[in-house]
Amino acid sequence: MDSDKQQYQQMTQEMMPKRPVLRNAVIAFVVGGLICVVGQGVQGFFMHQGMTTKEASAPTAVVMIGLGALLTGLGWYDRIVKHSGMGGTLPITGFANSMVAPAMEFRTEGLVMGVGARLFTVAGPVLVYGMTAAMVVGALRWLITGVA
Amino acid sequence: MIFVWAFVVGGLMCVLAQLVMDWFRMTPGQVLVVFVVAGAVLGGLGIYGKLVDFAGAGASVPLPGFGYTMVEGIGQAVKQKGALGLFTGGLTAASGGIKAAVIFGLVAALIFKPKS
Repeated sequence: MDSDKQQYQQMTQEMMPKRPVLRNAVIAFVVGGLICVVGQGVQGFFMHQGMTTKEASAPTAVVMIGLGALLTGLGWYDRIVKHSGMGGTLPITGFANSMVAPAMEFRTEGLVMGVGARLFTVAGPVLVYGMTAAMVVGALRWLITGVA
Repeated sequence: MIFVWAFVVGGLMCVLAQLVMDWFRMTPGQVLVVFVVAGAVLGGLGIYGKLVDFAGAGASVPLPGFGYTMVEGIGQAVKQKGALGLFTGGLTAASGGIKAAVIFGLVAALIFKPKS
């Protein structure tokens, strides 16, 4: 039985398409970098209005998420993600994309279980584990250093 | 100069995410979870804050910046409110982004039709 399993695993390994790792990495670098440059521009705009770097980061996130949602709605962001993988997905615009894309697709299932639930297909796990990690890290830092 | 570092650091973070996805054959959602947790851990160690000072949006726009923001918020809230801050600080700091994501996400999903 075991050798069957191994053979099968070997076979699937061979049949699986090889991922073009280097090419993917280069495109992810360029696209991800460019999105961050846009973010820097937006942040620069808010700092020009007299905000400090820290104050400017929240409105920058809001604008970038809005852009991500808009471009996803227009169907452009999915194309960016298709070509650049994590270059489009990791920036916060990609987080917006991961919410809008499934919500749009499953609108036929209704406003509650279609749109409402699918908005959190990816954002749900990110929030659950992000919030948990932040709380654990914050508590540990408080315990260890005495300063939060 | 901040634009150059934003490009380089933000780009490199996306490369790292892409390599993690390709090597460990993860789904995009799994990679995002790993990176938001990593951002929280690096934030707690004081490393991510330095990266944000250095690379600006190159560090705050990628998703680990979200984990970092929540840890920083918890730190501030604990200083003011003690243990309650562990519960309120993270979401307070991240509230703008989360609310924007829900509202813009809902509106976009209602206005636009999916392109096949």
